[in-house]
Formats: sequence, C-alpha cells, structure tokens
Amino acid sequence: MTTKILDVSGLPTFAFGHRSILWWATMGMILIEGTAFGLLGASYIFLKWRVPEWPPGFAPPQLVWGTATTLVVLASMIPNHLAKRAAERLDLPRTRLWIWISVLFAVGFLVTRTLEFTALNVWYDDNAYGSIVWFLLGTHTAHVVTDIIDTAVLGTMAIAGPLDAGRFVDFSENAFYYYFVVLSWLPIYALLYLAPRFI
Amino acid sequence: MSATPVVQREITDEAIAAERIELARSWAQARGVIGFLSEVDHKRIGLRFIITALAFFALGGVLAALMRIQLSVPENAFLGPDLYNQIFTMHGTTMMFLFAVPVFEGLGLYFVPLMVGARTIALPRLAAFGYWMFLFGGVFLYVSFVLNIGPDNGWFSYVPLAGPEFGPGKRADTWAQLITFTEVASLVGAIVIIVTIFKYRRPGMTLDRMPIFPWAELVTNFMIIFAMPAVMLASTALILDRLVGTHFFNQAQGGDPILYQHLFWFFGHPEVYLIFLPAQGLMSTLIQTFSGRPIVGYAALVTSLVATAFMGFGLWVHHMFAAGLPEIGASFFTAASMMIAIPSGVQIFCWIATLWSGKVRFEVPLLYALGYFAIFIIGGMTGLMVASVPLDLQVHDTYFVVAHLHYVLIGGAVFPLFGALHYWFPKFTGRMPGHRLGMIGFWLMFAGFNLTFFPMHQLGLDGMPRRVYTYLPGLGWETLNLAATAGAVAMVLAVVSIVINVIVSMRSGEVAAANPWDASTLEWSTSSPPPPYNFHPATVVASRDPLWEDPPDQPIIDGIRTDRREVLVTRLLDAEPDHRYHSPLPNVWPFMTALFVSIMLIASMYTPWAVVWGSIPPTITLIAWFWPRRKEVDDETHPVEKARPRLDEATGPA
Repeated sequence: MTTKILDVSGLPTFAFGHRSILWWATMGMILIEGTAFGLLGASYIFLKWRVPEWPPGFAPPQLVWGTATTLVVLASMIPNHLAKRAAERLDLPRTRLWIWISVLFAVGFLVTRTLEFTALNVWYDDNAYGSIVWFLLGTHTAHVVTDIIDTAVLGTMAIAGPLDAGRFVDFSENAFYYYFVVLSWLPIYALLYLAPRFI
Repeated sequence: MSATPVVQREITDEAIAAERIELARSWAQARGVIGFLSEVDHKRIGLRFIITALAFFALGGVLAALMRIQLSVPENAFLGPDLYNQIFTMHGTTMMFLFAVPVFEGLGLYFVPLMVGARTIALPRLAAFGYWMFLFGGVFLYVSFVLNIGPDNGWFSYVPLAGPEFGPGKRADTWAQLITFTEVASLVGAIVIIVTIFKYRRPGMTLDRMPIFPWAELVTNFMIIFAMPAVMLASTALILDRLVGTHFFNQAQGGDPILYQHLFWFFGHPEVYLIFLPAQGLMSTLIQTFSGRPIVGYAALVTSLVATAFMGFGLWVHHMFAAGLPEIGASFFTAASMMIAIPSGVQIFCWIATLWSGKVRFEVPLLYALGYFAIFIIGGMTGLMVASVPLDLQVHDTYFVVAHLHYVLIGGAVFPLFGALHYWFPKFTGRMPGHRLGMIGFWLMFAGFNLTFFPMHQLGLDGMPRRVYTYLPGLGWETLNLAATAGAVAMVLAVVSIVINVIVSMRSGEVAAANPWDASTLEWSTSSPPPPYNFHPATVVASRDPLWEDPPDQPIIDGIRTDRREVLVTRLLDAEPDHRYHSPLPNVWPFMTALFVSIMLIASMYTPWAVVWGSIPPTITLIAWFWPRRKEVDDETHPVEKARPRLDEATGPA
C-alpha cells in the first residue's frame, strides 16, 4: 500500500552552531557557570556594602598582573576564533594549528594568573574581603585549567583521529565555550581591580 | 527544510517488521554488570531515578514516623535531643534533595522523550552520570548518618549554627557535600531535558503543540539552572569557612551570616517551585485524560508556568522576614509573594473548567488530582497568610509553618506525583494497577495526611515551636500531637497498601494495552512498556492531542538509519527536520567519573588538598568518556573529505 512519507534520509549527519546538540549543551554550562559568577559578584558587592572602607584594611590588588592577564586573554580570542573558523570549514591542518596556538595562549594566561595570586595583597583567610577575592579568582582559574585540558585533548584528537565531521563540531563548540571563559573575566577584572580603586 | 519533501511511496508491513528487528539490535539495552553500569537508555535511567528517589522517600518517611512517635506524648524519652536534631535535618534534607527534585527529574527523563516523540534523550551519558552522582550522594548521606556524622542543623543549615564556631565535627560538612552531589546531578539532568525538548521533538510538534508536562519540565529545568548555583556557592563557602578558615559568614572579620541566608533562599524559594511546577504539569495531564477532552486554556496554563518561574525568583526574602530587614524590602517581597497566587489561580480555574465540561472518569489517578485541590488550596491560603510580615513574625518557626509547607509540598507535589505514578504504571510495567487497593491507598493517604498536618496549624498558633524534641505537659498541645501521630500511622498504612498494590499488580495485574486510559499524548502510541527505540514507525504530529485529533493518514517519518543509534534533530521552534545525529553508545566511563568525583568530594572534607590530587582520576575518566571509539565514528563523514560536499547544508541557519 502507498503511504505518505516524510523522507529525511537526505539530511546531513552534522550541523554547526545553534543547530547542534553540543551547542545547546555548552550553552547550558555557560548559563550555569554564568549564574555562579553573577552570584559571586553579587556576594562581593554585598560584603562591600557592609563596611565603610573597601578594601577593608588592605591595599587593592596590584594592577600589573591582572591587567597583563586581561591583555593575554583578549589576544587569545584571535587564535581561538581562527580555530573555530577552520573547524567550521573542515580544514584539518588549520584547525590543528590554531587549536594548539590557543593552548599556548591559555598556558600564558595561566602563568600571568598564577602571578596575579601573588599580587593580591591579601590572603583568603585574612578577612571576608580576602575570602571573596580568592574565591572569585579561584573559580575563574578553575575554568581556565579545565579549558586548557579540554582544548589539549581535542588538539590531540585532531592529530590522532579518527575524525568525522562531528569531531569538527566539537572543535567549534570548544572555541565557543572559550569565549565565555574570556568574556566572563572582564567583569571579574573590573570588580577585583577597578572597583576598589574607583568606587 | 526543503530537503525533506513528503512523498508517496509503498511501504509494506514486512519492511517495517524487518526495521523493527534491526532497531532492536541497534538500541539493545546493555547486559551484565558492566552493561548495567554503562546503561544509557533514558527509560532505565529515568526509572532508576524514580525508584531510588522513592526509596529515599520511604527512608525520609521512616524518620518522620520516628519524630511523630517522639512527639506523641509530652516528655517522651524515645529520642534524645541530639538524635532528634539529626533526624529532622535528615528528614528535610532527604525529602527536598533526595526525593522531590530527583523524582521529577526521573519522570522527565522517562517521559519527556516519549511525550515529544523522540527515540531517546540528548546527552544520555550525562544523564547516566547524573544518576550515579545522585545515588552516591544519597548513600554517602545515610552512611554518614549511621556513623554519627549526619547533619544536625536543619535542612537549610544556617550559620552561625553550622559555622566553625558552633558546629564542630563533620556533621555540617556532610550536609555541604551532599548539596554538591545532588546539585551536580540536578544540573546535568536539567541540561539533558532542556536539550531534548529543544532539539528532539518529533516533526510537526511545534512548541505550541507540545504537551503541558514537557512544558512544565522545560520551565522547571531552566529554574534549576538559575537556582542551583546559589546553593552550591552557599554550601561551598560554608565548607571553606569550616575547613580552610575563610570568613564569608564570620561577622568579626567582615563576613555576614545574612549573606548565607540570601544565597540559600535565592535557591531555596525557587526550589519549592521546581518541585511544584512539574506537579502542575502532571495535574494538567491527569485532568485532561480523565476528563476526556483537550485541556481548557492551554496558552494560559503554559503562560502561568512561565510566570510562576519568573516570580519564583523574586520571593526569596519572605523566608527571612524574621532576620530584621529594611521594611520597604519586606513590603516588596510580601507583594511579590501574594502575586504568585495569580498564576496558580489561573491554572486551578483552567482545570475546573476542563473537569466541568468533560466526561469525568473517577479513576484512582484523578482522585489524587482532586486531592490536590483540597490540600494545596489550603496550603496556598496559609501561604498568603505567612506572606504578610506581621503574621509571619507571629508564627515564624512554629508548627504553623510546618503545617503550611507540608500542605503545599505534599498537596502540591506528592499527591499529583502519586496520581501520575498510578497513571503511568501500565507504561512502566505493562500491567494495570489494581483499582481497589489503589482506592484504599488514596483514601488512607488523604485522611492520614489531613489528620497529621491539620492539627499542626493550631499547634503553631498555640505557640509550639518547630524542631523541639519534646514539650512539657499542661501546655494544651497533647491532644493535637497525639492526633497528628495517629494520622502519621494512617499515612504509613497508605504507603504500605500502595507498595502491596505495586507488587500484586506487577505479578498478576491485567496486561495493559498501548493506551489503556484512552489518553491523547504520544507516550501512549507505543507498546507498554515501550521498546528500547521507543517508536517505529513514527508519524508526523499535526495537533496538540495527536492520539485524539491527528488525521489517520499523517506522513510516516522515514530515512532515519536503523543499523545504528540514529536520531532526528529538529529545529527549536517549529520542529522541522534539521539533521540526523548519532546518539552516544553505552559507556562505563560516566559511572567511573561519578565514582572518582565522589571520592574527591568526600576526601575533601578531610583535607583540602584532595581537591587537587582528587581531580586527576576524574580528569582521566572524562577523557576516556569523550575519546572517540572506532564503532562510534560516523561512516558518512569519515574520512572527513566525505563531509565536504555537505558543508553548506551543515553551516548557517537551517
């Protein structure tokens, strides 16, 4: 018997961007972690309101390493973007190249971040201000570390294979997530380094 | 999508039967111990969530019964104060974190894919990981309790009582780590359910044709995403204060206990709604089926769910009226708390209209839904009372609040849940639940519940504080407490009769057809219980109630490969076909990851360095989890040159 058929066999087996499952999964992670950063920032402001002087009893963090981090992370968006673009063109050599350059930038980021911890002028157990500063910076650093591992694993997959188109969607979404790691840093930088000086 | 035209073609029953055999092979559920630990079938994961959560419900119920025995007469020596503190904390923590949230997560994992007509869930391994985290967290809590390090500061574990100064030992740490376990489980589950709803709906099921229960799950899981991070921060900051000497909540060093209350209730109030909203979805489901007509006010019901979720984030301070906040702030939160009665009322009127204009069948599931009306409305009314500051200050921390919260949560969530479990029992097991035992269970539950909790309103107004392990004779509290304990006995009997009904029905109940209640949604279009691949053949959806209203000649969806776990990904709003996707295979690494994360979390209660060395094993298992295996490689795009001609179709807007 003949029947009406919706034939989907001609559809591709992969899609980039918001059409893919992985993009939405990544978006879910970004919403969760973005909420956590937002609430940490709100907690910082809550504690700041409680006391007449801020930072209470300590000098603000030195600007040099925090600013260096900011410059490094902003620059790292370029190789990250190029890796994403190469992945979305299924261009394997360029994808490999830019993924590994992105890893190098992220490692540089981790170096300046480590130096940041030495220049905060406060310890986490000095007072509530120190606690929230370390908590904010530590949480963001955890994101940097996990992103380095993610990206390095994907970079290894790009070399070792086996590669199908779905793997290139992974490369692209990994780069998408890195934008979040970078862009979430900017308000944290403003809070940790600029707010104690200018507000 | 222009790439998916509807065509006329011959399709034989033999061809469909052959495809079913191949699908059964491709989607075969795992066997053996490794298979058990590797399971990614959404129905099995969902059922594990539900059964585990019900087991914790039973444990929480036993704890409640112990408390009722202790309070049945004044100056009772059955439980001492220290054990009593642990028991009421364990009861609240169990019911909120190990029962109410996971059970609705489980129902979502089981039924959302079936109701939206999908083969499976998105990200099934993540769902498996979530289940193992939930299980390990619950076991960890109860093992700690047996080892006398169970939490004892109440389910919200306020500082300074739970802080380093007044909460020595490990008890508060146990609570804080349990939170991490359960929140990780809920958060990953939330992502799974949201992505499933957005991207796996069957062609034709536009968002405005989606059944109400998946809508309720969608809204709930978005709430989880925005609410749960707050309690994770609160509990992490608490454990940092306790273990490494930070000062988040230490007044003397610039910290503030009120910050803890804000963070906790920014989660804690939405928590109430993320228990309540899925139950609202169940109410709509039950009332529609047993009224035998499409639900009245679909758009109003969906809008009410969304509105409740938004407002639910603007109410948290009404839990803190007694903490001494600025008056203007308190007034705002009073107004916001009263406003939430509007969407709740809209839903109730829609249900009344549906019942009024339908042909009502008084089956057991509907009785539970009707029980909701009686109980939840009383809870809602006392909610309006405690939303006003002067009254709240009067009854704060008394049994009036205990009565209110149980009327809201048991009436608003547990009754619809029991109705839904009864309703979906044939889908889970392939057999019908017994009617007579079901009726006995319902009436015992209904009567027992009211006898237990109604007197508590009066006890609260008479001044009995909550969380006291005993009271003196002569205060006028004896009779009402004894009545409450008698009610608790009836509730225990209700649960026993329900369990007996389950066992008897599973063994000798009537064999269930695909759609025994004559319902309208897609989970009833497949056999009871469904095959591992859920549906075949699947037809395009044409209405909100496909089994009642879709024309018989709807197009069949063809072209999804049957020789591997292939699913159809559709577009978010209109569910037009977008691309085909290879669903992940079973894999033991989510289990291993959950195991090592659990070890790290528990070890970190004893040394902060566990966070560093303890992270290494889960990192390795995560890499193993993601590492592509040969049999998972997509043969249509490997080597990747094969994919290049399809690149234009795969990039840009669909």
